[in-house]
Order: sequence, then C-alpha cells, then structure tokens
Amino acid sequence: MEAILAVVIGCLYASGLYLMMRRDLVKLIIGLALLSQAANLLIFTSAGLRSLRAPLIPRGETQPVGDFADPLPQALILTAIVISFGVIAFTLALFHRAYQTIGTDDLDEMKATDT
Amino acid sequence: MNSLIVTPVLLPLLVAAVLLGFWRHRRIQGWLGVFGMFGLVFAAMLLLASVHEQGIVVMHMGGWRAPFGIALVADLFSAIMVLLAALVGLMVSIYSLATIDNQRESFGYYPLLHFLQMGVCGAFLTGDMFNLYVCFEIMLMSSFVLLCLGSERGQIEGAIKYVTLNLISSAIFLAGVGILYGITGTLNMADLAVKLPAVEDQTLVTLLAMIFLVTFGIKAAIFPLFFWLPASYHTPRPAVSAIFAGLLTKVGVYALIRVFTLLFTHDFGTTHMIILVLAGLTMLTGVLGAAAQNNFRRILAFHIISQIGYMIMGLGLMAALSWSTSDATYAAVRLALAGSIFYIVHHIIVKTNLFLVSGVVEQLQGTGELQQLGGFYRHWPFLSILFLIPAMSLGGVPPLSGFWSKLILIKSGLELQYYWIVALALLVGLLTLYSMTKIWAEVFWADEPEGREFVSDGTPTHRIASGRVTMFLPIICLATTTVAIGLYAQPVFDIALRAADQLLDANQYVIAVDPQPVGNSSLEPLANVLEHNQAVVNERGGLR
Repeated sequence: MEAILAVVIGCLYASGLYLMMRRDLVKLIIGLALLSQAANLLIFTSAGLRSLRAPLIPRGETQPVGDFADPLPQALILTAIVISFGVIAFTLALFHRAYQTIGTDDLDEMKATDT
Repeated sequence: MNSLIVTPVLLPLLVAAVLLGFWRHRRIQGWLGVFGMFGLVFAAMLLLASVHEQGIVVMHMGGWRAPFGIALVADLFSAIMVLLAALVGLMVSIYSLATIDNQRESFGYYPLLHFLQMGVCGAFLTGDMFNLYVCFEIMLMSSFVLLCLGSERGQIEGAIKYVTLNLISSAIFLAGVGILYGITGTLNMADLAVKLPAVEDQTLVTLLAMIFLVTFGIKAAIFPLFFWLPASYHTPRPAVSAIFAGLLTKVGVYALIRVFTLLFTHDFGTTHMIILVLAGLTMLTGVLGAAAQNNFRRILAFHIISQIGYMIMGLGLMAALSWSTSDATYAAVRLALAGSIFYIVHHIIVKTNLFLVSGVVEQLQGTGELQQLGGFYRHWPFLSILFLIPAMSLGGVPPLSGFWSKLILIKSGLELQYYWIVALALLVGLLTLYSMTKIWAEVFWADEPEGREFVSDGTPTHRIASGRVTMFLPIICLATTTVAIGLYAQPVFDIALRAADQLLDANQYVIAVDPQPVGNSSLEPLANVLEHNQAVVNERGGLR
C-alpha cells in the first residue's frame, strides 16, 4: 500500500510542478493545489498506514484497549486542508484580478517589476 | 508570570478583532491600532525582562504537557525578536497614519497589520513545528493581502511571484513536517531535539535538514531562492514595504537559526557548511544586484538579501564544530551566533528606517527612480541627516550599530579561520557603502532634475503637511535607536551573548520545556495522555 501511495504522491508532485512551469495562470493555480494535496497525502503515508481500530475508549476503561490508529496525522491534514483551501481561494481571486488588470494570463508578459 | 508569553500572540488578535468592529471609522482604526501596538511593545518588554531574569519561559497551552500539547517557549532570542517585531509594528503603524490613503484604510489595512503581527510573534514564540507552520500561514495570508491592497499593476505582478513562491515553500514545509512526524512520532521541538539523534538512519535526518533549509531559505530569501523579494518589495506603499523588510524575511532567518541550533546538529560539517557557503553567495548576489538598480526601494530590497547573508553567516560558522570542539572554538562559535543576533537587531531597525525614509522621498517628489530625484539636501537637510544615519549604519561605519555587528561576525570568522567568508563580508560591506553613497549622491546631494518640482499637493501627497509629525516621528525614533545601539553596544552585546549561550546549549531548552518521556511505540503517547486526563478527573472528584 505504501508503495502505491508513494507512486501516487510522486505523480502528484511531478504533475503539480509541471503545471507550475507552464506560462498559464490557471495551470499555475492547479499546480499549486496539486502540490498541497501531495503534501497532505505525504503526511498521511509517512505517519504509517495500518488498518487499526479508532482510538475510542470503551466504557469503563481509562485507555484504549489493544492496537488503535494514531489520530494526529489526520488532525494535521485537516488543518492543512483548511489552510490551503483559504490560500487557494485567495490566490484564485488574485489571479482573476491580475487577468483583469493586466489583460493577459501569460506569465511571460508579467515582467514589469522584474528589471 | 508564564501567561505573559501568550500576550504577544493574543493581543494583536484581540486588537484586530476590535478594529474590525470599527470598519467604517478609519481614523479610530488608525489610532486604536497605534495603541494596540503600544501595548504589544509593553508586553514584549515585560517578556524580555522576565526571560532575562528567570531564563527560558514556557507555557503549555491548555495545561497539556509537552509533547502532547502545544508549548509556547520564549528564550532570550525569541523575546528579543518579539520586542523588535513590536517596535517595528508600532513605528510602521504611526507612519501609516499619514501615508496610507483612504481607499486602503477602508479595506482593512490596520486589522491586517495586527494579524500580520500575530503571525510573526506566534512564529517567534511557538515550540511546535506544526504550530510554526500555522503561524507562517497566518503571517503569509496577511502579507498577501497587504501586498495587493490597492491593486496597482505592479503590485499584482509582484504579488503573483510572492504568493507562488511562498506557497511552494509552505508545501515543502508541510511535507517536511509530515516526514518529521513519520520518523520521530512527535512535532514538539524540545522532544524532537531529544529524539532526532536517536534516529537510526542519520542520512534521513540530513535530508530533512535540507528540506527545512529550502523551506526557510525561500522565506528568508537566501541565494538562490530570493527572486520573489526584489520583484515584490518595492510595489506596495512604503509603510507596507517597511514592515515587510523589517520582519518577514527575519522570521525565516529566525526559523533557520532555531532549527539548525536545536534540531539539526548531528552533522555540522555538511549542513552548516552548506549554510556558510550559501551565506557568502547570498551576500554577494544581493549586493551586486543592488549595484545594478536605479530605483530607491529596489536598491534597498536587494540589500535585504545581502544582509540576510550576514545573519546566516553566524549560523554557518557553527560548521567549525565539526573539526574541533575545543573551548576556543566553542567560544568563537558563541561569538558568531551572538554576532548573528546582534546583526538581526541592527538590521531590523535600520532597514525599516531606510524604507520609511524612501517613503517620504517618494511622497515629496512622486517617484522612486534615482534619475528623477534630487535636491533633498538643499530643501530637506534634516531628512538627509535622517537618511544618512541608517545608511551609514548599513554600510558598517563606526560607531553606528552596523559596525559592531559586522565586527563581531568578522572577529569570530577570523578566529575560526574561515578567511574566505571574512574577505567576502568585508568586500560586501564596501559595496554596500557604495550603494548607499549612490543613493546619497543622486537623491540628496545632486540638484533636482530640470522641471521636477517638489510635489506640494496631489492626492496622496497633500497629507504630508498635516502628517509631518506622524511621518517623521518613527524615522527619528529608529535613527536614535541606531545611534544608541552604536554608542552603548555593550548591553545589547551582552544580551546577544546570553541568547547565543541558550541557543548553543540545547539542553536548557529541552529541560525548560520538559517533554514527558514516551516510548518508541506511536500508540503509547495517547494512552499516556488519557491516563493523565483520568488522573486529573479523579483528582477533581470525577466528571461533573
């Protein structure tokens, strides 16, 4: 399972980076979104994939019995998803504004501040 | 008073929330913002005093012990950084009263400033890697909006580059955090400092170190990851440029120093040598880039990059610990780290001030291009002096603050026998002085160009007359601080040395945070928490 996910993560990173290196604003933002998804999946995988029970405490016990899954990676990923959602939404608005102001979505024509 | 440590995070949040309530009252927002920053400076001073007295201050959020809860940790280095951030925030918010136009104010400029401050202070104080990521995001998000506020073409273009590169950095950071958790099962920094040396495969740790070097390197704008900075820093209003220049890259530098003194100390010869080489290249490319520029704020922006090189040079000099652990080496490394801290103190104050001066110049003549500026010495001699102080300090002219910080770094470099970086640092200092004299000659000394009058009215500039006090007060304060640090360098140097001691002795940090020992099994921590909780519940006489 880890091997499959590793390949998936690799593909996500590769396609994200490929899209970001295009000249198109829309492809850039899709690339950014893929990159953050890849990072989320990486956390999920590197924290260990095991099909264990949910970390719930049976009635009358003080701690979970037997093997249970580690809930922390999911909490991390959830936070990261929320943050990246906000950031991507902002970026989308920014790029839309850029398209309106500059009149093009070609990154090669946005060099006014470079020299 | 451990709860003092949350104030620098909570206070800006609270003030920002209150300011949002005054959405339509721009003046009230502005002045309340200034008072909020005053409070922050006060809190930061108290924090520094208490850390200075009783050593590292720790607070476990919600009473959850490390490594399960999130710990806020303030050692001297953090406390110094928080104080500087608060100071810059105060100066910039006073300056903003006169220089930010109505449109920007009515789109929430002041609340954003406080949200930015919250992220910055949070990043300085947190003792948890994931929390550091969250604080970075808070800071970035507010900086994105501050950068775009106004939607001029240059701003939007600059913002695209800034946003994209910083988001890439965040994605790498997140991946690094994931892998870190995967191999150690913890994200608390003190706990990591204990567990990372126990990891079997140390090459994996080196790999992680490189991931974090790239992440924080992008944020700190080190070579070759700095391209977003000169593309964006000169586009927003000068007040925004000033707070960005003063604080944002320094958060990256802070994170680098924290991570490479506390966590990744297993292989000085590799990791810190790479940092040292990068420091040299960063200095050189930054200053050469500046020499090629002809816009006031672009020159200053490139100088930020070259100064970042000096700051991480002190960190890179720790590489010497790989071939010698004698007392002399240790003392020199301590000096190098103190030099870095001193340099950060000096740089934040001076750089913010230079950007504030550039803002006044741009308002008076309506442009930042050097060829179209001139005549300031004749018409504004006082402003010229105010520029000269930070400019000379940046170039390292004695007895100003820049001289001492460079002196300490160069002395430690000589003691550790890294002569090439010393030579480079001296050369870059000279080139910095060249850039500053270029600005001086073109903007202040030369006559004003033909047909270019001082703007006396017009939309953004008509407020200069009424806003003269609020514009000049921060510049005067910061210039005085620069001179004061130069003349009374010893107390600052002593604090920097003590901060360096704390950084070099990771045990102090670990003991202060005191993460509870847990086994290797990833299942055990949770069981411990629950047991602890049950104990607490029992103590209180059962669940109510």
